[in-house]
Amino acid sequence: MTIAITPTQAPVAVDEDKCIAEKGCTVCVDVCPLDVLAIDLVKKKAFMQFDECWYCLPCETDCPTGAVQVSIPYLLR
Amino acid sequence: MKRIDLQYDLVVIGGGTGGPMAAVKAKERNPQLKVLLVDKANVKRSGAISMGMDGLNNAVIPGHATPEQYVKEITVANDGIVDQEAVMAYAAGSFDMIQELDRWGVKFEKDETGDYAVRKVHHLGSYVLPMPEGHHMKKILYRQLKRGRVEVTNRVVVTRVLTGADGAVNAVLGFDCRTADFYVIRCKAAVISTGAAGRIGLPASGYLMGTYENPTNCGDGHAMAYHAGADLANLECFQINPLIKDYNGPACAYVTGPFGGFTANSKGERFIECDYWSGQMMLEFHRELQSGNGPVFLKLDHLAEETIGEIEHILHTNERPSRGRFHEKRGNDYRSEMVEMHISEIGFCSGHSASGIHINARGETSVKGLYAAGDCASVPHNYMLGAFVYGRLCGENAAEYCDGRNPLAVDEDAVEAERARIAAPLGRGDGLTPFQIEYKTRRLVNDYLQPPKITRKYEIALRRFDEIREDALQMTAANPHELMRAIEAHSILDCAEMAARASLFRTESRWGLYHHYVDFPERNDADWFCHSLLSKGADGAMSLRKKAVEPYIVAIDEQERTAYQRLRVAPSAAAA
Repeated sequence: MTIAITPTQAPVAVDEDKCIAEKGCTVCVDVCPLDVLAIDLVKKKAFMQFDECWYCLPCETDCPTGAVQVSIPYLLR
Repeated sequence: MKRIDLQYDLVVIGGGTGGPMAAVKAKERNPQLKVLLVDKANVKRSGAISMGMDGLNNAVIPGHATPEQYVKEITVANDGIVDQEAVMAYAAGSFDMIQELDRWGVKFEKDETGDYAVRKVHHLGSYVLPMPEGHHMKKILYRQLKRGRVEVTNRVVVTRVLTGADGAVNAVLGFDCRTADFYVIRCKAAVISTGAAGRIGLPASGYLMGTYENPTNCGDGHAMAYHAGADLANLECFQINPLIKDYNGPACAYVTGPFGGFTANSKGERFIECDYWSGQMMLEFHRELQSGNGPVFLKLDHLAEETIGEIEHILHTNERPSRGRFHEKRGNDYRSEMVEMHISEIGFCSGHSASGIHINARGETSVKGLYAAGDCASVPHNYMLGAFVYGRLCGENAAEYCDGRNPLAVDEDAVEAERARIAAPLGRGDGLTPFQIEYKTRRLVNDYLQPPKITRKYEIALRRFDEIREDALQMTAANPHELMRAIEAHSILDCAEMAARASLFRTESRWGLYHHYVDFPERNDADWFCHSLLSKGADGAMSLRKKAVEPYIVAIDEQERTAYQRLRVAPSAAAA
């Protein structure tokens, strides 16, 4: 049996113009309780890697440049 | 999987609320003690109060309440099944803790004379103290961890607590959720402060992480305590909460009640006299939903503009600040519309309800050297302040216990067995995903375990859980993150089975909706005025027994005893 992937809209959006991950910032990745954010090693920008957001907001609140925007996940919006 | 061996005196598992307090207080008691605080997230933003808290729900402040009154209130709210000494240990330490938090920089609401602005939400006494600026809670705790020189390890998922030949704690095992490195941490004592088991049931939205509790709080503390041989108390007393429908977070009546907000039916009428979360209140909520008067709402639209502004400030900057954007997206303004509410899925949480790892008034579990604090432990209606007070008790008592102890050798066979159990999903290229196992377990919990409880449904649930346990042996994880979800899925299954077995054991109804057992609809004090304790039996299966309620230290009179049984608003003379 193979494992299929189901695409879904990620509730955490990162403004790549504002994100300063290339300077070594990992604040949003560090504070996420569910560890769903990661740094894209090619683009050097933060992104939501796993669809397990609790819409709790530390990533958005603690981001030093205001690059992170959290929406309520569509299923419960 | 690289193996990392560490050695400490005390390991605190979970860095949310009670955990940091336990670690700080252990170091205060003995600065030489080697203390490690382990969190599977990051202590800066982990746990139930990740974004702070909007108030204290159980402040026992001289001039507003006495410890004796509080013990009475909780005894009555919990249908008499409490260890009053343990509730008293909280109540007696409550004010000291508030003052200490105040010194640490936590901002509580005070009146013009500088006195704490306590509000009434409970049925009998006044214990609610707002914290409009409570969003800074975790920063204050983090400062204390640094000041106390507590060592912290983030992103390590603790899975088991091991005991030596003498039955006392001697190691904690786990793995890193980013590297999958395997941790063997030798220690003399451990504190479990892993929060509620908030991922047993499935939110009605179908969104797996749309839980009331921080979803990191999936019940792995309950599972590790069980596997370490500890007793768990009154697990049939579920947590079920009245929440904002779909958002699944608090609306929140504790904050809005003192301002004049209340829980209403679809006609905008009050139907319960008291919005304090008790099983009896939830039963009335459930009945209203089932009646023609549903849905149920939080009513604020009758309040003045400045009051609503203040409510919005508290609710949209604290605890669950995304409430604001949820309402905004739906065009739901507190000024013009009531907020639709619903009943949550089930969980274990002593913070609001009464179930968890059994502890006494010293924070000790039934396993030597193992302590528990906060939502995962058994002291009822403990909330955030209870987690702090019991964090302190556990930290101080564990520090004393560690003195002069030389733990026995760690059983390497048990270590290897746990390493193999953790590593297994990573080695499988093919199989079921952790998501599938978790989703199915939690969907079945909703189908069969959500009260009202029915024996036949519970028996079917147990059969289906057994099937999923077999399926879970085929779980695959593509990376360490998925491995975390896979191991959590095992804990969730353990908790689901515990919820079912504990419920079947107590053949009566008690605690309103929390244990509303259709086959045994009446409360039966003759046979069931007792705790239930669940533990791992000699045969490795779940075993249940009764434990007598400890002698009361605060007497309850007849009138008070039934206070929480009379929550429904009596029909008015005009209506009659």
